[in-house]
Parts: sequence; C-alpha cells; structure tokens
Amino acid sequence: MSYPAGYRYTKEHEWIEVDGTTGTVGITDYAQDSLGDIVFVELPKVGDVLEAGKIFGSVESVKAVSDLFVPVSGTVTAVNEELVGAPEKINTAANTTWIMKVELSDAKQVDGLLTAAEYEAFVSEETGH
Amino acid sequence: MTETLTLRKTALNAVHRAAKAKMVDFGGWDMPVEYSGLIAEHMAVRTGVGVFDVSHMGDIQLRGPRSLAAVQQLCMNDASKLAVGQAHYSAMLYPNGTFVDDVVVHKLSDNDYLIVINAGTREKDVQWVRSQIGHMPGVHVNDFSDYYTQLAIQGPRAAETLQKLTSTDLSGIKNYWFTWGQVCGLYNVMIARTGYTGEDGFEIYVPSDTSTSARVWHEVMAAGAEFGIVPCGLGARNTLRLEAGMALYGHEISDTINVLEAGLGRYAKLDKPSFVGREALLGIQAAGGPKRKLIGLEMIDRGIARDGYPVAALDGTRIGEVTSGSPAPFLKKNIAMAYVPVEHAVVDTELAVEIRGQLVKARVTALPFYKKPKKSAQV
Repeated sequence: MSYPAGYRYTKEHEWIEVDGTTGTVGITDYAQDSLGDIVFVELPKVGDVLEAGKIFGSVESVKAVSDLFVPVSGTVTAVNEELVGAPEKINTAANTTWIMKVELSDAKQVDGLLTAAEYEAFVSEETGH
Repeated sequence: MTETLTLRKTALNAVHRAAKAKMVDFGGWDMPVEYSGLIAEHMAVRTGVGVFDVSHMGDIQLRGPRSLAAVQQLCMNDASKLAVGQAHYSAMLYPNGTFVDDVVVHKLSDNDYLIVINAGTREKDVQWVRSQIGHMPGVHVNDFSDYYTQLAIQGPRAAETLQKLTSTDLSGIKNYWFTWGQVCGLYNVMIARTGYTGEDGFEIYVPSDTSTSARVWHEVMAAGAEFGIVPCGLGARNTLRLEAGMALYGHEISDTINVLEAGLGRYAKLDKPSFVGREALLGIQAAGGPKRKLIGLEMIDRGIARDGYPVAALDGTRIGEVTSGSPAPFLKKNIAMAYVPVEHAVVDTELAVEIRGQLVKARVTALPFYKKPKKSAQV
C-alpha cells in the first residue's frame, strides 16, 4: 500500500490532491484492496454542488458496494468518464485514477483532513496490522 | 487483532496467510475470501481449474445396522436409492418443512453414511441429529468434522489435475459418486465427484494434520500449474454457486423458508413413509402449494442487486427480497436470486430491484443462470 505524501485523506478512504482551489478526488489503495475487483463506479455530474461529508457516488466491487464521501465542499468540474468502461483501473492504480475534480468553495477545509502519515496510522489501527 | 484468537482455523490457515490471501470471519471461521482476485479465481474455475479449502464444512457419520433408517428419518431425499459409493443432495428439515440445513449424504457402506453439512450450522446440526435419532438403537452418531481437510478441486481441468496425484481411474467416478484411493501417497482417501461451483470437479478428504494438509495442497497446486490452477476463496465460491443457481444456507434456505418455496421439492421424497417435515410439506401441497417462490433475476438496467435489497413490481409495490445478488463474472451480467409471491414468479416477467432508493428494472430468469457445457469426453 502506498499513500502519496502530497495528498490529504478522509477516514472514509478518499484521497484529495489540492492545487490552488481545485481538488482531485479518488479512493485510496487500501480502499481498492479491501473492495477487491471493482466493477462499477457511480459518478457525480459536472455542476453538482457537494457538501463535505455527504455521499457523492459509490464504488462497487463483485462482493460489495461502498459509498463515496465528499472530502471538501465544492462544485464538480469534471468526472472521469473512463471509469464507466474501465472501473478496474482503480484496482491497478488507485493513487492516480481520479474520480472527480472539484472547485473548492472553502479551501481551508483541507486542513481538517488527514495527512498521509495520519491516514496510514488510522488504517493500521483499523486493521490491527 | 484480538478477534483472531477466537476464530476457528482450518489446518491450512498458515498456507492461506503465506499465500497473502485476504482473510475474513466467515461464520466464526478465519477463511480466505480471495487470493489473486475474485474474478480471476471465478474464471479459472469456469475455464481451467481452481482449488478451495472447504475444511470448515462439517461431517457427521451415522454407523450401525439402523443407520439407513436414521438417515431416512432425518433427511428428505430417499437414501434407500443410494448404492455404496453414491451420494446425493438432501436436507434436514424441521417439522414445519423449513431447513435445519442442506446436506450431501454419502453411502459409505450398508451400515455407514456420511452427511456433509455447512460450516455455520455445524453445532446446531450435530445437536439436531442427536436430538432426532440419538435415542435409536443400532445407530452411532459421530462428529468427524475436525478429522478431515476437505479440498475442492473444481473446473474443466480438475480431473486432469487430480489424476496426476492418484492411481485411481477418475473417469470411472460419475458425478455424485465417490470412491477411496491413494492420493499424494495417502491410502484410502475419499475422492468424490462433487462440488459447489456448477462445474465438474472433485472433493477429497485427507487427514487434517497441518503437515499432511499443506503437503496435499501444494501437490495439488503443482499438479494444476500447467492448467493455470489458482487457489480460490469464499468470494469466488459464492459467485460460482450463484451463477449455478445453488442455494446457500442463510440466504435461499433457512429456518423460515420451506423446501417447496425454495424450489427444492424434487429432492423431498414425499412417498417415503416418514421423515421430519414430511407432513408439513404434504399440507402445503394440499393447500395449493407455496405462496412465494425462489426466482432468478437478471438486471435489465444498470445496477447490482445485493443481498437484502427489496424486490418490487414495476409500479414500486414491494413484493419480496433479494437473497443473493452479485455481478456474475463469467456471464458478465448482474444477477440475483429472490423470493416473490408465486403470481410474480413467471419467467420473463419484468420486476424491479430497489437499489439504494431507486427502482432498477430486472427480468425473471429461469434457474440456473449457468449450466456447464456438455463435454464430449471426460478424463
């Protein structure tokens, strides 16, 4: 498992890479590994106004469905349409396969998210190893 | 992880962990859910060969001159039809016709039957057997669940794989028959042409000490290497049995679902003079049959039905519930099994599954979803 140091993380296993007021969102390596073979990603729509902590979509593997949670409030500016036909890309490259891009309404919210080290500690506490 | 200490382990636990399997708590057992990936494991079994550790399954042996009478009273199928070396699907029922468990009965000899039971119901089943027939003279009940490591070698290349490890001619074992033979140098290993995948395959029962179990596992893996064998977890076991339309205890069958609802009436031999549950089933038949039935569903619109999701008529009226639902890796469709009132249980009827608040169209489909292709020649 690897968690890029430049990203911030949620306890619901999303990552966000922030560049100015634009956030790029995906799910973590731990999340894809726990889910197993991903077969479906329910994407938000461009223009959707999202509130931090709310559900913006879902990821389904063969064995489970998992909600996606908004890391930081904002407006969806792009969704990764490639995932409609190739959702398994998340399994092969979780850290670089983005799900949506968001124009952040309050970039300060990012400070409330976990750093890579904090997220890694959170995961190991949750799994016991 | 403190929970691990209380979970039960099969003799192959260390082998699974060394293979980096993802482990889950399955009915109190620490079991592999997947190794290389559920879809790859599923496809290996449909197109090549896979091996499963199913040692968590239980084994009850009934011995003695009255053992047939005991099996006949306990189980709904007619064990008097079994020859030595033959097995069949059956079930133990409560007096009201619902399921204690579904089982496979093997006739080991005229006075000796082996009943293979589910892992999650082991203790309940053993208690039930003792409570029902423990008083009968001439029958001895033994719980041999921990005596065997049970490996399921499944897939179109299963016979070729196992044949390398035994001198027994596997082509002589028909589906749902078994024999004893030398496997991996071990004498008198029970070799059964049975499984839970909808595919050809074998289940072998070897001594459950860890070193023997690990050695046999590794020899099976080596024998299957040229056919692309992979170890398979409970995830693939579930999707394989779902494609094959096979019931799973706690889902399609339980103590609140009766045999006729589950569509398993063909295994309930009501012409037998007596078995637990018989009168209830006769009563249901006399009253016009079950009011709900198990159906297959194939999703028409995009969406994956999951266990417990409501099933609705197209107008949104809830009429039933999904018992098992998943993407089907080989069929490449989203499928499910569900209970609905009989008037809706008609093939090609359009229904809906309520997926997270939204109605998604599905079509009632005949079961099983998948049938293995007829083979011109078996090894």
